[in-house]
Amino acid sequence: MPEDVQVHRELDLKGEVCPYTFVKSKLVLEMMEPGQVLRVIVDYPPATSNVPRSMESEGHKVLAVGAAGEGAWEILVRKKD
Amino acid sequence: MGDPRAQEGLGGALVFPFSEEEIVRYSRHIILQEVGGVGQRKLKDARVLVVGAGGLGSPAAFYLAAAGIGTLGIVDDDVVDLSNLQRQILHRTEDVGKPKVDSAHRALTALNPGVRVVTYRERLSAANVMDLIRDYDVIVDGVDNFSTRYLLNDACVMAGKPLVDAGILRWDGMLMTIRPGEGPCYRCVFPEPPPAGVIPSCQEAGVIGAIAGVMGTLQALEAIKLILGVGETLSGRLLLFDALEGRFRQVNAAQDPDCPVCGDHPTITELIEYDLACELPETGAAAGPTERKNPS
Repeated sequence: MPEDVQVHRELDLKGEVCPYTFVKSKLVLEMMEPGQVLRVIVDYPPATSNVPRSMESEGHKVLAVGAAGEGAWEILVRKKD
Repeated sequence: MGDPRAQEGLGGALVFPFSEEEIVRYSRHIILQEVGGVGQRKLKDARVLVVGAGGLGSPAAFYLAAAGIGTLGIVDDDVVDLSNLQRQILHRTEDVGKPKVDSAHRALTALNPGVRVVTYRERLSAANVMDLIRDYDVIVDGVDNFSTRYLLNDACVMAGKPLVDAGILRWDGMLMTIRPGEGPCYRCVFPEPPPAGVIPSCQEAGVIGAIAGVMGTLQALEAIKLILGVGETLSGRLLLFDALEGRFRQVNAAQDPDCPVCGDHPTITELIEYDLACELPETGAAAGPTERKNPS
């Protein structure tokens, strides 16, 4: 995770598959303030490309996608203004 | 966000504003940029009244229930007839002879138990229309006669309620969305009902069942757009569908300052019911309600 990014909310979606990884991330992001950062943890490999793509198509900024332990990945999304 | 079934995380913090069942059921809505959780919540908070559980009301109510409209009112005083089943898909063969509102309630609740279906086994009249529409956000017109169509238009204009109007006959359909004060009402386009018998009923002239599905489904879409506040509604535009030719066309319509109900000096200030018998012989000249006055 980039060190200078402040994460405002975390969402553990291990065990979830697409499209629910995006659906649930979107629901949580909607409840956050513009500019805030959501950290999503997934263990379903396709989600590491699907969630960032869908988030970007909605205008949000994907800050990072990276490993987060054994068989898990984190996706950092900044909510659009 | 006050949904008791919404999931709560540790310490009671709300994780999602919907239950797990709702998240799955409405996931294809939530994914849409124009809907999302915020829009799905609007649908859940919305109240839509479908007047008529017939050809148009069936698909309209089905899709509105499927979409998760929180409260769906259904008005119909009729019982199911075998001849209805060719197009009125809320009802089953075993429902023949039973009240349409009962089979509608059964079908809609079976599709989506999360929807509150409120039934009114009443015929829409000048005496009850204001009470019926009062608690609803959007009204869907699925009536089968001009008297009720005009009554509903006038009542919605007076109450300021958006009305999604549609009509079908033979292979033709028309639709217009009425947003009182923002666009034309039905009377701006068709000031008075046609004389009794000039326009035949579906009973006389026939109707292809699937056109009810097309037009009723379009009504559901219009209602959903009105609730979400997205897209362009068919306010100020009549959408005409010729199923035989496979063509849609649209005719622009403007608010008429001389409209008897929504014009600058309305002459209709109280609800009226027309006495329009429909037993007169069919005249070949009149093709349908959409051709009585060309509004463009």
